[in-house]
Amino acid sequence: MNNNLVAGLDVGSRSIELVVLEGGQLVDWARLPTTFDPLAQCQRLLKNLKARKLVATGYGRKLMQEKVTDREVITVTEIQAYALGAGQVCPEARTVLDIGGQDTKVIALDAEGRVTKFEMNDRCAAGTGKFLEFMAAALQIPLEEFGAFARQGDRRIQISSMCTVFAESEATSLMARGESAANIALGLHLAMVQRTAAMIRRVGGRVPLLFAGGVAHNPCVRALLEESLGHGLFVPPEPDLVGAWGAALYGRKKC
Amino acid sequence: MPTPYDEMWEKLNLDLEAHEGLLTVLGKFYGDIYLSQEGRLQGTEYLDFVLSEVHGLRIKELQDAKAAGRKVIGAFCVFVPEELVLAADAVCVGLCAGAEVGSEAAEQVLPRNTCALIKSFVGFKLARLCPFIESCDLVVGETTCDGKKKAYEIFADYAPVYVMEIPQMKNACDRDLWKAEMLRFKAKIEEVTGQAITAVKLKEAIKLVNARRRMLRRLNRLRAAVPVPISGRDVLLVNQISFYDDPVRFTKKIDELCDELEAKVISGQGVAPLDAPRLMLSGCPMAVPNWKVPYIIESSGAVVVGEESCIGARNTRDLVDEGAETLDAMLDALVDRYMKIDCACFTPNAERLDHIVAMARDLQVAGVIHYGLSFCQPYAIESFKVGKALEAAKIPMLAIETDYSMEDVGQLKTRVEAFLEMVR
Repeated sequence: MNNNLVAGLDVGSRSIELVVLEGGQLVDWARLPTTFDPLAQCQRLLKNLKARKLVATGYGRKLMQEKVTDREVITVTEIQAYALGAGQVCPEARTVLDIGGQDTKVIALDAEGRVTKFEMNDRCAAGTGKFLEFMAAALQIPLEEFGAFARQGDRRIQISSMCTVFAESEATSLMARGESAANIALGLHLAMVQRTAAMIRRVGGRVPLLFAGGVAHNPCVRALLEESLGHGLFVPPEPDLVGAWGAALYGRKKC
Repeated sequence: MPTPYDEMWEKLNLDLEAHEGLLTVLGKFYGDIYLSQEGRLQGTEYLDFVLSEVHGLRIKELQDAKAAGRKVIGAFCVFVPEELVLAADAVCVGLCAGAEVGSEAAEQVLPRNTCALIKSFVGFKLARLCPFIESCDLVVGETTCDGKKKAYEIFADYAPVYVMEIPQMKNACDRDLWKAEMLRFKAKIEEVTGQAITAVKLKEAIKLVNARRRMLRRLNRLRAAVPVPISGRDVLLVNQISFYDDPVRFTKKIDELCDELEAKVISGQGVAPLDAPRLMLSGCPMAVPNWKVPYIIESSGAVVVGEESCIGARNTRDLVDEGAETLDAMLDALVDRYMKIDCACFTPNAERLDHIVAMARDLQVAGVIHYGLSFCQPYAIESFKVGKALEAAKIPMLAIETDYSMEDVGQLKTRVEAFLEMVR
């Protein structure tokens, strides 16, 4: 075990990210899918980890605190972790948007990077990564290509329902009317972006805006969001690492 | 397991098996949320006892009262003037509707997207699980929201329902309407009980209910001390119990609890660490056994020091003027007192915003958690204005919308914890 290392672990609904810091510098990171057994996946990630201190965030943070006994584990919420992570990857950011597997959150930050307000979707997965995943599967497009596929759409159709179940039936009736799959995909992205933009405006929507979380990889969501908000977004090179990074930074602060 | 109350419950036509299940779940829930607390006051034994006998001894008392010729009147809302019920020598009980019970049955007669409270009271009745409803000679509803208003029409098929019309504005003509409704209610109560409401009796009832309100105000003053001497959960429970225990006994018991609390405050003993964030709850009422959000808050390291809610400050803030001597003057005093209620069913409702900000300042809270039941439009829409008023006062607010189910506890905990990280 190494006392100079601090690790952050973001146990999300779809993927788990590990970030290791030494003196504030990123020295290692790894990622695994969450699967149906998040504990086993976390244990795989922690197997050769030398850090004595681990900060867990994400929906599985309490599980880590209960089950990991070979080192000190503290927890921090995703909100705080993303705020701290944002301070690292984009210190000027005044708004952080994170769209993950099962939740979407928007965090307003002050000039010192402190959280002043936040919004999260409620229990339903409307407008989250899960929504895109579900719809990509319905249109038989691999999730990673879904955004690029949607960008091929040439007509903007309105999909009014954000409920995953209702949106699927809306998509089905559009298919039955002969609408192209790319246009339906584009419509689904538009619906999600409209909802997200409204959430961003509710917390004030100050710029610069950092877009983090897995959905930040999706080029269609990024482009439509920029269009809807009327300004650019800052997307870090590894947007899904921001939470784990922030968690590790929290551990440094608490040392 | 057989209990001494089985025969009584059977007579009340409860579903005995399901009822036993309900009591078991409730007992466990109560143990987890209440009995697990450390440093609780001696006086909370009264709360434990009342809760453990909520469907037992208290119902027995109601049956005994009925056998002695008294009537039992149930109500769902702080608008129902309890003073008139007591002045007619009847027993007034607040019907709780705070548990997810009988929702399947309720959804056969109500839309699914109906608020949890409405579903609960209909569910309790249809599933035959509430001995209070079964003991009532009259259930008094009111037109505070469209959901309740229309649900009472359906409820009337199963229970003796009477509905009071609540004004929605506070102009002179609204006061006239409320006065007329007060008189209509008085006549109804006189008819049901066969007793005339006299000035002497009403004066006594006004004093009795005021005494209980004063006691709850005393409790609210004491609980706000630094360090906080009693958990928010326990104070919520006291408020909840105030709706269905005998008012004289309740006031006496809470007086004792307050004496104990006072000693604790003087000696500077707290139930939470000094640095535990002080929070205030605001919004929809939390009826027994709806302890979900206070428990999430307090198990996350904060402490609740005030409830801006019907089961809380709204019910105790205003007293009825005790100076009136004639029956008519007393009725006017009642009308004036009840017109001060700042329920979200009123438009506009600026008083509520002022009350929330003043209360948050008085209590020196780190933040406010606005609690709304899903599909409760009046509170959901008003939470936007509450947020603005608090923002102007530089008091952070977190708005939560939920129901009685437990499936979103993890998500709520994340939000509450993040809010605490933010206000610390």
